[in-house]
Amino acid sequence: MKKRRLARFVNYAMMRTRWAGPAHCGRKWPTWAGLAFLVPEEYGGIDYGMVGAGLIAEEMGRNLTASPFISTALMAVTALREGTDEQKEKWLPGIAEGKTIIAMAVDEGVKHDPAKTALSAVAHGNGYRLNGEKSYIIDGFDADALIVAARTSGEVGDETGISLFIVEKDAAGLSSSRTKLLDARNYAHTEFNDVDVAGDALIGTLDDGFALLERVLNVGRVGLAAEMLGASEQSFEMTMDYIKERKQFDTHVGAFQGLQHRSAHLYSEIELVKSAVLKALQMFGEAPEMAGAGAALAKAKAGEVAILAANEAVQMHGGIGMTDEYDIGFYMKRVRAAQELLGDYAFQANRLAILRGF
Amino acid sequence: MNGEFFLSDLETFRKETRAWLEENCPAEMRKPMRSEEDACWGGRNAKFSCEAQKLWMERMGAKGWTAPEWPKEYGGGGLSREEAKILKEEMAAIKARNPLMSFGIWMLGPALLKYGSEEQKKHYLPQITRGEIRWCQGYSEPGAGSDLASLQTRCEDKGDYFEVTGQKIWTSYADKADWIFCLVRTDREAPKHLGISFILFDMQSEGVSTKPITLISGRSPFCETFFDQVKVPKENLVGTLNKGWDIAKYLLTHERAMIGDAGDGGIGGRSIGQIAVDSLGTDAQGRLADQALRADLARAEIDGWSFMLTMERMKDEAKAGQGIGARSSMLKYYGTEMNKRRYELLMASQGPCGAGMGRRGQPRWGIAPRLATHQGQFHRGRHVRSAIEHYFQTYSGPSGFLRDSIDGIGIKRRRTNAARCGQGVLE
Repeated sequence: MKKRRLARFVNYAMMRTRWAGPAHCGRKWPTWAGLAFLVPEEYGGIDYGMVGAGLIAEEMGRNLTASPFISTALMAVTALREGTDEQKEKWLPGIAEGKTIIAMAVDEGVKHDPAKTALSAVAHGNGYRLNGEKSYIIDGFDADALIVAARTSGEVGDETGISLFIVEKDAAGLSSSRTKLLDARNYAHTEFNDVDVAGDALIGTLDDGFALLERVLNVGRVGLAAEMLGASEQSFEMTMDYIKERKQFDTHVGAFQGLQHRSAHLYSEIELVKSAVLKALQMFGEAPEMAGAGAALAKAKAGEVAILAANEAVQMHGGIGMTDEYDIGFYMKRVRAAQELLGDYAFQANRLAILRGF
Repeated sequence: MNGEFFLSDLETFRKETRAWLEENCPAEMRKPMRSEEDACWGGRNAKFSCEAQKLWMERMGAKGWTAPEWPKEYGGGGLSREEAKILKEEMAAIKARNPLMSFGIWMLGPALLKYGSEEQKKHYLPQITRGEIRWCQGYSEPGAGSDLASLQTRCEDKGDYFEVTGQKIWTSYADKADWIFCLVRTDREAPKHLGISFILFDMQSEGVSTKPITLISGRSPFCETFFDQVKVPKENLVGTLNKGWDIAKYLLTHERAMIGDAGDGGIGGRSIGQIAVDSLGTDAQGRLADQALRADLARAEIDGWSFMLTMERMKDEAKAGQGIGARSSMLKYYGTEMNKRRYELLMASQGPCGAGMGRRGQPRWGIAPRLATHQGQFHRGRHVRSAIEHYFQTYSGPSGFLRDSIDGIGIKRRRTNAARCGQGVLE
């Protein structure tokens, strides 16, 4: 039996408490060197690349590990790697030590659609003044800083005219509230009322931040896909173990062909997800120009299958699968939230269709 | 040898391969296939649609590149896995056609390499790679489909020779094949998996006859095959007497992977979405005008792409020494289910016209747009025929696969490994 490297983070009890507990759960992240995964060595990181990072995300999906890996270690670091030396020096060592959390503030509407960024940033003094709102910020409530997608020119819906700024959490005019989703993790809704940032808060190029934003989001999408793959594998294995043990009509329920056919189909679907996720991870290094397509494919397929896997897991567990006492339900909750983050199936399918010429 | 040096070796191979293909692949063989006649199967009675087709098969055969990874001494290319991949990429780059379709390469060859005697390998394998002998597979019988191991074709030891009497069914292209690899019962007393042997014989032998089966698609890729006291030389037995089931199982894993591979319903050429765009037009943003169909097509693309990546991953893993076992059944199951959906979508994107049968070789509507498939372009009747035939393939697949695959997952342990494979995909 493979020893789970992240087993120390397995904490169903914490999930349970948080899910049923008060709205504010406080800062519970362990200080963890895993956040150093993509940080360059000169800033204290290990610069291990996306394929390795995908394995970590997959393990976290298996264990339902709540950590800022995707928000901070994958997305924020990807953005900061294209920042100035000063920005890197200021933020990367803290991330590498596992002390600093930085979240991406992108969504504003009901569904993910980065081109629809409306939050405005206008030149003000030597810097910029930000006004608007961001919602569903992953790990936003506990973050030390936010990387904010803001509109510096153009119309809502345009890809040009979007710029990225890093904003510290104690900036005047910034107010955050926790958004509680059914996976019991830390999301934030944040309002910006005349939030002033210095000129050096800009990451990348003014008005031309969309390509960088897409690269950042693609890394996050593939991270989520890998996590959902892990969740699918784990809930599938737990279910197979269960139906081999559970007896009804004098035999284990796994002996019934009805369940076997469904299990075999699910097994096949999970194999497809493995391939899509692996390829998407490899593309960041091997074919960066295809990374967007790979990310859309992986996120779409992983999301679709994770929901199927979780639904089938609860269904095949029977009544006990519906109880809060049993762990399988946590997978169903997490993958539902993860499917919505950074673009759901329809969003990714639409992107792929455009890329494939229809 | 360091990594860089190794890499440069491969780069040299790529350059040489590119140059050789440039010189030796005729221009006609770089155009998409238009009909089944453009697929080259070789054999004693090979029918070539043009001289270039013959030349291409012969040149590739002489080089051993029809079976790139087989050892050179048996007529193969002797290439490493990496080199074979480069060859494939370079062929794809110039859109070179497959020089030789062959059950010998896909199924019998791997079995002979593992179980055949030295003499058998030396005799049969080069004939296969050069496309001189076309093989068919004698497995299924009227009373032995999914339950293949209950086959009844008798093979008796007559001293100097074997005598084979019985009937096979669903024998692909038996009427066009030169030789057959055949499962026969050599011990009628033993438990059913332990009395089967694997033999080879000439389809021109006295007592062999074939009768094509017309399918609901109108085509006849399968035959009934009859053996009436066929004399077979004793040296044509492969492996050990009564141990043929092991070979049958081994060969089946290759066959299933191959079926999963074949018929990608349009993946290799234009996307099915692009085909729909050509037929139905776009809106102002350049997107397919029919939004509901577009969503279905996108779903098919996502599954198709994920499936293709899975084929690649499993091939890599198999070559790296990890058995694919139950997963070959998975490929067949998922591949046929997916192709069925894709053909439905291709037909839907053509309207009533998409349900036209056409006639082989000549489109029924003079200007009917040609549709891409993985093998190139066929006229639209091809899709209807293929779609209908996929119901057949699918029909034969799932029952065997599902039981198989679940065994692979490990729920159901009481059946033997042999039974698992035998109650497999062939019906």
